[in-house]
Amino acid sequence: MQQLKSFIIKEFYHIFRDPRTMLILFGIPVAQLLIFGTVIKSEIRNVHIAIYDQSKDETTLRITNKILSSGYFILDENLNSTSKIESIFKKGKVKEVVVFESNFGEKLIREGRAAVQLIADASDPNMARLVTLYTTGIINDYIRKLHPNLQMPMQAEPEVRMYFNEEMKSAYMFVPGTMALILMLISAMMTSISITREKEFGTMEILLVSPLRPSQIIIGKVLPYLILSIINAFVIFLIGRFVFDVPVTGSFILLMLETILFIMMALCLGILISTAAKSQMVAMFISMIGLMLPTIILSGFIFPIENMPEILQWASHIMPARWFITIIRSIMLKGTGLLFVWKETLILVGMTLFFIALSVKKFKIRLE
Amino acid sequence: MQTILYIIQKEFRQIFRNRTMLPMIFGVPLIQMLVLVFAATFGMKQIDMVVVDKDLSSASRELIAKFDGIPFYHVTQGVQDEKQGDELLLNSNADVVMVIPANFERNLVRDDKGQLQLLINAIDGNSAQLIYAYSSRIITSFNKNLIAEWKGIPEFTPPSEVIIAESYWYNGELDYKWYMAPGILAILVTIIGMFMSGMNLVREKEMGTIEQLNVTPVKKYQFIIGKLVPFWIIALFDLAFGLFIAWLVFDLPIVGSLWLLFGMAGVYLIGVLGLGLFISTITDTQQQLMFVSFFFMMIFILMGGIFTPVESMPQWAQAADRINPIFYFMKILRMIILKGSGFFDLLEEFLSLSFLGIIFLSLAIWRYRKTT
Repeated sequence: MQQLKSFIIKEFYHIFRDPRTMLILFGIPVAQLLIFGTVIKSEIRNVHIAIYDQSKDETTLRITNKILSSGYFILDENLNSTSKIESIFKKGKVKEVVVFESNFGEKLIREGRAAVQLIADASDPNMARLVTLYTTGIINDYIRKLHPNLQMPMQAEPEVRMYFNEEMKSAYMFVPGTMALILMLISAMMTSISITREKEFGTMEILLVSPLRPSQIIIGKVLPYLILSIINAFVIFLIGRFVFDVPVTGSFILLMLETILFIMMALCLGILISTAAKSQMVAMFISMIGLMLPTIILSGFIFPIENMPEILQWASHIMPARWFITIIRSIMLKGTGLLFVWKETLILVGMTLFFIALSVKKFKIRLE
Repeated sequence: MQTILYIIQKEFRQIFRNRTMLPMIFGVPLIQMLVLVFAATFGMKQIDMVVVDKDLSSASRELIAKFDGIPFYHVTQGVQDEKQGDELLLNSNADVVMVIPANFERNLVRDDKGQLQLLINAIDGNSAQLIYAYSSRIITSFNKNLIAEWKGIPEFTPPSEVIIAESYWYNGELDYKWYMAPGILAILVTIIGMFMSGMNLVREKEMGTIEQLNVTPVKKYQFIIGKLVPFWIIALFDLAFGLFIAWLVFDLPIVGSLWLLFGMAGVYLIGVLGLGLFISTITDTQQQLMFVSFFFMMIFILMGGIFTPVESMPQWAQAADRINPIFYFMKILRMIILKGSGFFDLLEEFLSLSFLGIIFLSLAIWRYRKTT
């Protein structure tokens, strides 16, 4: 016991005496969460547009004003021919051109209809769709207000309620995802690299001939990261709660237990990687390619899983982060209990046991 | 010159005899292009809708049939009350619950107004907005049909109406893959440039072999050029390989000039390699290097406009992007590949990249010491 204790203390020294590692351990989570919360927005704002107004009458000016005062758009240029559209799109700043036909106002009054063309730069398809959607909405809204007393016959009117996220904050999406990402990074990557490092330098040999048993070596290696990860999880919850107002609607204790389960799983995965990798470089690439990118892309963190092709949806089942994100979103945002997430929890437990069994089998106490 | 060539030769040998590195160089672009581009999409494939129909009238049935007829919607019926609907939202079996209250049809006929409820799971705000937009479009079209069928008016025309035609340039079908492929390419080239070059140098440090190099008559600039050129070539090669896959698999059109594209990439890579090298001079172990590079990479990627538009970011973030090389490179790639922008359209980006390249590289050379 005494040996194990001093071994753990040694590991802590290793981590704490290196300010750069500390920066990563605590700097990345905080920086990432803050960036995600404030910078990453998928809604549109201040999009540059150009207007080609062929009639320049009162109506088109009013509509133009309406579009520009909405806060979504900034006027970049008034065009006077269609031939310039190509060249301004190629410069890349302007994302949409609104073209009013000639005699717009007159036609609207006389014939009851007038035409507008919205040309969007669809090299960013998501943006193009949103931009035209918003512009269409603004124009339609203007026309509707021209006839305030008009009663359309027989209208089914939807009343919409946004569940679990009334204000549509993107932080609701990103806090749980960031959490999974950070815990995966610190737990799996750091452990795998710190064990491989000992191998690469040959100091593993020294540890193996010491009176410590292999299981004690592993525990000693893993424990510091377990504690650090739990602290990190706590910090993330705090920032989420107090900076971004992401509530924990469900039971906090359950949330913490699930988080610890996920950390354990990631640590076991880290050990498994370290048994397979011979050098830090390899361990790093396995963690990067095998864990980081799939955790960002395949777990439903940024891109919804339902949108993916069938094969990738299947592939996402083996991503532990996918299950964890489902669990914490349920507990934090929907306020559900274990009853709703027992299946996901069981899967995480299964994965943990699987990784432990595999690493025990692969862990070599002798040198080749 | 001869010396530089020898160093380059040594580096290439070291890279190619490492069995684990080879698959990285060829496999990573392949996997990234194939998996990530397919996975990274905001375009919805299916909306799971649960209907709570309390009216059970012909109007409500018609509305449900309208949704059911659209392949995009997967409609589940037979749910009796809102409670059950709420539960389905809670366990994520429904994206949206439509509640049609009793007397829906009666209200429609009597008051010309029938209320109904759409309860949308809004944890993912982006999807929720799309669901709302699609659903209200369908309800609007249902209204039009209703007027035509029940009131006998062939087509109801409001007194004034603006006909809005939308056209999408450069990507008419709004194929999200065309947008993501250049983005993934940018990440790929950056990872190879920044990580591998830095890792390589720090490895020599950690192993102590840097001492052996330091005592040779190799000059500082020769050494740095010799270290950078192999990774510059590999990264450009990977860019070509990735582009080829994207062209083959996603039909990615390459509208602009390939010469311009690779020229710009070459300038960009000088900066990225310089940054990688600089990080390697301020770190001692591979682990540290990896984490420091990772830290920068993550911020660069997230703020570079690969996944989300830069215009939506707050002002300070847009200002900070001025020193983010990925921000420029991302723009350049998409503009050349999809729009065919020419050199003069990209002049500002080119100048900024060159400037950043010079700064990063000089920092690296300045920090690199032959003595320890």
